Amino acid sequence: MLSCEQATRLISESQERRLGMRERLSLRVHLFICDGCTRFLRQAPLLRAAMRAFVHWEGADNAGRR
Amino acid sequence: MGREESAGDSAVGLADPRTIRELREQMLRFATLQLGDPAAAEDAVQEAFVGALKNSAAFRGAAALRTWVFAILKNKIADALRYRRRTVTEGSLADGESEDDSEEAAPSVFDSRGHWRADTAPADWGDDPEAALHQADFWRVFNACLDHLPPRQARVLMMREFIEFDAEEICRSVGITAANLHVSLHRARLRLRECLEHHWFAGEARPC
Repeated sequence: MLSCEQATRLISESQERRLGMRERLSLRVHLFICDGCTRFLRQAPLLRAAMRAFVHWEGADNAGRR
Repeated sequence: MGREESAGDSAVGLADPRTIRELREQMLRFATLQLGDPAAAEDAVQEAFVGALKNSAAFRGAAALRTWVFAILKNKIADALRYRRRTVTEGSLADGESEDDSEEAAPSVFDSRGHWRADTAPADWGDDPEAALHQADFWRVFNACLDHLPPRQARVLMMREFIEFDAEEICRSVGITAANLHVSLHRARLRLRECLEHHWFAGEARPC
């Protein structure tokens, strides 16, 4: 059984490489019972999107605001 | 910023001096973190501004300028990192950073068994967390959270997500192993996530 630390590590690594069959399976089992890691998985794409939109920082909104 | 739309053709003329100064500082911090060399960072930022000015007709306002100079800077940094990889002998870029960031760099969000602690388990971010990306205040928080990452974690995370190097390119640029990269990225993501939750998304539905 994975710990949350191991599960989030796999979720993180899945953004750099394709997980193996066993890894995916054990992650699925963990996510089935763990709300915290399920949220971590859902939030990961937003973190990535934010990093990529990083350059807009305040600038985009300040220009559009008022 | 309360900048007026000026008729000037110059990109710099489109943004007030304070905006430009802040932009330049942010670029310098970013370039220095990535290149680890203030002089090279200064050069890259300078070249990015020069490149942007050549195309100043393309801008309408400070936001567009920011996007454009950062896009140029990102390419300059990617080129500089790739160039160095070819010219510097392998391993010499690790610049004394130990293989692991040690305990202090590991966020203490897990208990001794590796499970979330009650106060650090991810909370629900609501129905539409993406809406944050359109709010200026969110970007201030985001920037502050990035600044709080340990430098090496911030560096590899930005290389991955912003410069968009793949894992192999980062390992070669920084001189670390794949296992080490995964540890650093994992820690950086845990930390960044927690900081954003704490300073932005919290309050919605935190259970305790």
